[in-house]
Amino acid sequence: MTQPAPNLDPVALAAAVRRGERAALARALNLLDDRRGESRLQASLLLKQLQAGQAGDEGHLIGMTGPPGAGKSSLTAALIGVWRRRGLRVGVLAVDPSSPVSGGALLGDRLRMKTSAEDDGVFIRSLACRGEFGGLSAEVWPMSLVMLAAFDVVMIETVGVGQREIDVSRMCDTTCFVAQPGSGDSVQFLKAGILEVPHVLVVNKEDMGAVARRTLSELGTALGRVHTDGDWEVPVLSASATAGTGIEALADTLAMHGKALVESKRLLERRRGYRAQWLLKRLQEEFGSHGIDQLGGEQAVLQQLAAQDLSLFEQHQALRQRLLATH
Amino acid sequence: MSQDTVKRDRPWLMRTYSGHSSAKASNELYRMNLGKGQTGLSVAFDLPTQTGYDSDHPLARGEVGKVGVPIDHIGDMEALFDAIPLDKMNTSMTINATAPWLLALYVAVAERQGVDPSALEGTTQNDVLKEYLSRGTYIFPPTPSVRLTTDLIAYTVENIPRWNPTNICSYHLQEAGATPTQELAYALSTAIAILDAVRDSGQIPPERFAAVVGRISFFVNAGIRFVEETCKLRAFGAMWEKMAKERYGVEDEKQRRFRYGVQVNSLGLTESQPENNVQRIVLEMLAVTLSKNARARAIQLPAWNEALGLPRPWDQQWALRMQQVLALETDLLEYGDLFDGSPVIEAKVQELVAGAEAEMARVAEQGGMVQAIESGYVKRELVVSHTRRMRDIESGELKIVGVNCYRETAESPLTAGADAGIMKADVQAERDQIAALQAFRAGRDQAVVASALEQLRAAAVGGANIMPPSIACARAGVTTGEWSEVLREVFGEYRAPTGIDIALAGQAGSAAMDQVRAGVRRTGEELGRPLRLLIGKPGLDGHSNGAEQIAVKGRDAGFEIVYEGIRLTPSQIARAAQEEGVHLIGLSVLSGSHLELVEDIQAELKKIGAGDLPLIIGGIIPDDDARQLLAGGVQAVFTPKDVDMNAIMARLVNIIRLHNGLEELA
Ligand code: B12
Ligand SMILES: Nc1nc2c(ncn2[C@@H]2O[C@H](COP(=O)(O)OP(=O)(O)O)[C@@H](O)[C@H]2O)c(=O)[nH]1
Ligand SMILES: [Mg+2]
Repeated sequence: MTQPAPNLDPVALAAAVRRGERAALARALNLLDDRRGESRLQASLLLKQLQAGQAGDEGHLIGMTGPPGAGKSSLTAALIGVWRRRGLRVGVLAVDPSSPVSGGALLGDRLRMKTSAEDDGVFIRSLACRGEFGGLSAEVWPMSLVMLAAFDVVMIETVGVGQREIDVSRMCDTTCFVAQPGSGDSVQFLKAGILEVPHVLVVNKEDMGAVARRTLSELGTALGRVHTDGDWEVPVLSASATAGTGIEALADTLAMHGKALVESKRLLERRRGYRAQWLLKRLQEEFGSHGIDQLGGEQAVLQQLAAQDLSLFEQHQALRQRLLATH
Repeated sequence: MSQDTVKRDRPWLMRTYSGHSSAKASNELYRMNLGKGQTGLSVAFDLPTQTGYDSDHPLARGEVGKVGVPIDHIGDMEALFDAIPLDKMNTSMTINATAPWLLALYVAVAERQGVDPSALEGTTQNDVLKEYLSRGTYIFPPTPSVRLTTDLIAYTVENIPRWNPTNICSYHLQEAGATPTQELAYALSTAIAILDAVRDSGQIPPERFAAVVGRISFFVNAGIRFVEETCKLRAFGAMWEKMAKERYGVEDEKQRRFRYGVQVNSLGLTESQPENNVQRIVLEMLAVTLSKNARARAIQLPAWNEALGLPRPWDQQWALRMQQVLALETDLLEYGDLFDGSPVIEAKVQELVAGAEAEMARVAEQGGMVQAIESGYVKRELVVSHTRRMRDIESGELKIVGVNCYRETAESPLTAGADAGIMKADVQAERDQIAALQAFRAGRDQAVVASALEQLRAAAVGGANIMPPSIACARAGVTTGEWSEVLREVFGEYRAPTGIDIALAGQAGSAAMDQVRAGVRRTGEELGRPLRLLIGKPGLDGHSNGAEQIAVKGRDAGFEIVYEGIRLTPSQIARAAQEEGVHLIGLSVLSGSHLELVEDIQAELKKIGAGDLPLIIGGIIPDDDARQLLAGGVQAVFTPKDVDMNAIMARLVNIIRLHNGLEELA
């Protein structure tokens, strides 16, 4: 037996989300997490509503990634402080791994992100990465859209070294990699090309002294300093979340990358690309790769999606219907 | 030798850990206890005093005077020791993050009594590192905390030479699940961290350093396995002696002696058939008295009703009498060491030493105790041990009479009275304390207060010893909250690792667990997404064991768990529950403030439009209060009687199901 999903009016819900109403945000995020059939439908309607009222370049979506314990959550907390002082409203999606045995998870990032309880300008939702292919759950990206409708800055924190970052970098405007001083891993990954080059690199815990400085210079050398996409020069920064140093500079750099995207008019194009990627992933999830083949293969689907100016969610529904009809 | 001429050893110091409601009420209690033959004082402070808040701070609501005495300023401290001459008293203060402040108040009161502070005798617990691991009343990050600890030690060694400036505690570690080996390893690693810090601070000339080592005392635990515990104490003595000699070069044998006080184990004291706790307490006391060469200097015992609530004066008297019977009626104090030369005892001691040394090496490898705490390593190790203990109780492998065997019982007359056998806190005390505090503030010379606080800040920033400006603050009429706030601003606040991110030793094979997992999964599917549980610790309560165990178990059962550690406000909990989209809020409250806190959380939930979230609670909740909570909309109340964790999880699933219109699972 499946419990009927609560009936939410997508128009009203989208409006409330846009007004930043916390209860509505929570409800919208729950809905996007909900795997029941009708909920999926309602979710599509909600996203369509949200998209309808927007140009598509709202907010700044930042991915924060790096090895466990590097201080991603602590840095996020420190950045929240800076952003709030600058009058920006902040949403955070924090992704933690879940247990392969029970499916259970400990969502521990909030602990380090504790902010003033009464601040309506901050909203944190934790997510368990539920062991899906490619690392991140498919829910993360649509959730980030809901967050973007309500907040100026949206941060996605994910654990990752190597393959996993690619995931987050394929849905965010700006990807920031946090390196742990003294750990050669990040350098190795960069050299081997496993680590897709992020837009901003930061060595946290500079309060540790020499070991942090060494990692900083190693990363600088390994990087060659040029990001793969476009003419963005990847900065390597140094900061300490606990001492509160280098945080303003980090916030500035992240903002600069966001601004560069807007100015070079690449933001919309990039976001459209991510949407197509997500859609592909969703279809793959539901119909397998032979489903995609039936639609003419990955490239064809992506091209088709990028070209159309339809609501993404209408496209999703349309493609689903096509595949369902042939099954 | 005839009976009459037998030379008996002097008994240990007998203490009762106490304090409640107000300084005046506690003073009356102390004087009564001293009249009953108690030979020292052991002061319990309330949680606001321990965590650096004034009685009228919002976080103090419901906590003032509850688990100890509230001390807001010198007036309170003076009232606490009214007609108790401080030069004749040995006072132990269980105080940590605010230890320099409470000692400053004690010194200032001595001055007012006309007592030379250098004559004072007593103890400040002053071991913040174990607060991060177990006790929970830390405020600042570890590095500035160690500095404050160091300042107090350096100050007393030079100015109050008979003071025990720190009591390195393994007691609380055992209460958080530590094994004897872990107790040894972490307490001694803490001692190293503190002594090294004192040495490196340069406040004590090298030739005086042995005096510092000689002033270090310990506060340990003794559990029900009393033979092993005796061995643990002998191991402690041997390891400490060796460390003092080899690491710190202490030549004088007296300065290398392992001096310790004890509170016997409370974690194993039960709510069911509470009279059995008396046997447990007495047996545990044997562990720290039988072996003369490893005998405690001071003992305090919990009462039979430990797991029910706070003890009444009669309950404490009973606990004191246990000590007196052992010391005065038995022949224990007539003999030399009973165990010297026993190969059985020696082998066990060696086993414990080897285990502890190996664990100490692991801590040292990580850079020492501070680093091993910051990284979460030590806390995780403790949670693992406690999880193991809970599993063994649940499976029946670890027998606890009256809990998982021999449960049938006749009605107990001990709990039949109108007070249900526990102390009822004085509800008026909080209001009176707040009124008195506000009057005190209004009557001070504000300029003197402001300048004393500025000097405190200057010392905190500049690195000068914190004690002199703290004593000046005490004289000036600064409050506990003001002293702490200045240091909070300078040092920042800290949240310790929760330790629940342990690898789960898969419980495959347990049919009960499999069934619970299936229920969790199925319910998640029916509701469209995995079940989410927020575990909240509201208020100043630091008892985290229950919350940690429920969190670990919950994850194992397949819940997504949101747990942010201790000391959250009702508003933080309500908002986190909403932001995280949880299906259920589970509170854990052992401080006795459950009624106020639940009321506040329900109000916050309503305020933010989340009033429909179901709420449950666990902890030390007397039956009457449980009924009141259930009538007020709380869905379930769990207490220490509920040791079957699978059954708890199954209940949680059903509460979520019913709340969402699904039928209950069998
Ligand atoms: C261990 C312990 C400590 C340890 C805590 C270590 C830690 N990190 O947790 C230490 C030594 C640090 C400690 C200190 C203090 N303690 Co203490 N402590 C205890 C003791 C002995 C056991 C509690 C425990 O951990 N049990 C094991 C866990 C697993 O059980 P539990 O929490 O009850 O949880 C079970 C159920 O209740 C339920 N449950 C609990 N929470 C939840 C939540 C959910 C969601 C669910 C579903 C179920 C659930 O499920 C669990 C499974 O069985 C109790 C007395 C007793 N025997 O119960 C006193 C007791 C709780 N402590 C007490 C006091 C006064 C203190 C101090 C305040 C003393 C002081 N003045 O300084 C200090 C300060 C602590 C602080 N910062 O708040 C009092 C509280 C009095 C009251 N409520 O009226 C008690 C009752 C002792 C007494 N009689 O005086 N304590
Ligand atoms: N010394 C130091 N420790 C830090 C710093 N930032 C975070 N930490 C610590 O590193 C640990 C992991 O931090 P966390 O933010 O949870 O890391 P995450 O796993 O990457 O999210 C915690 O113990 C933090 O206190 C820093 O700047 N300096
Ligand atoms: Mg994190």
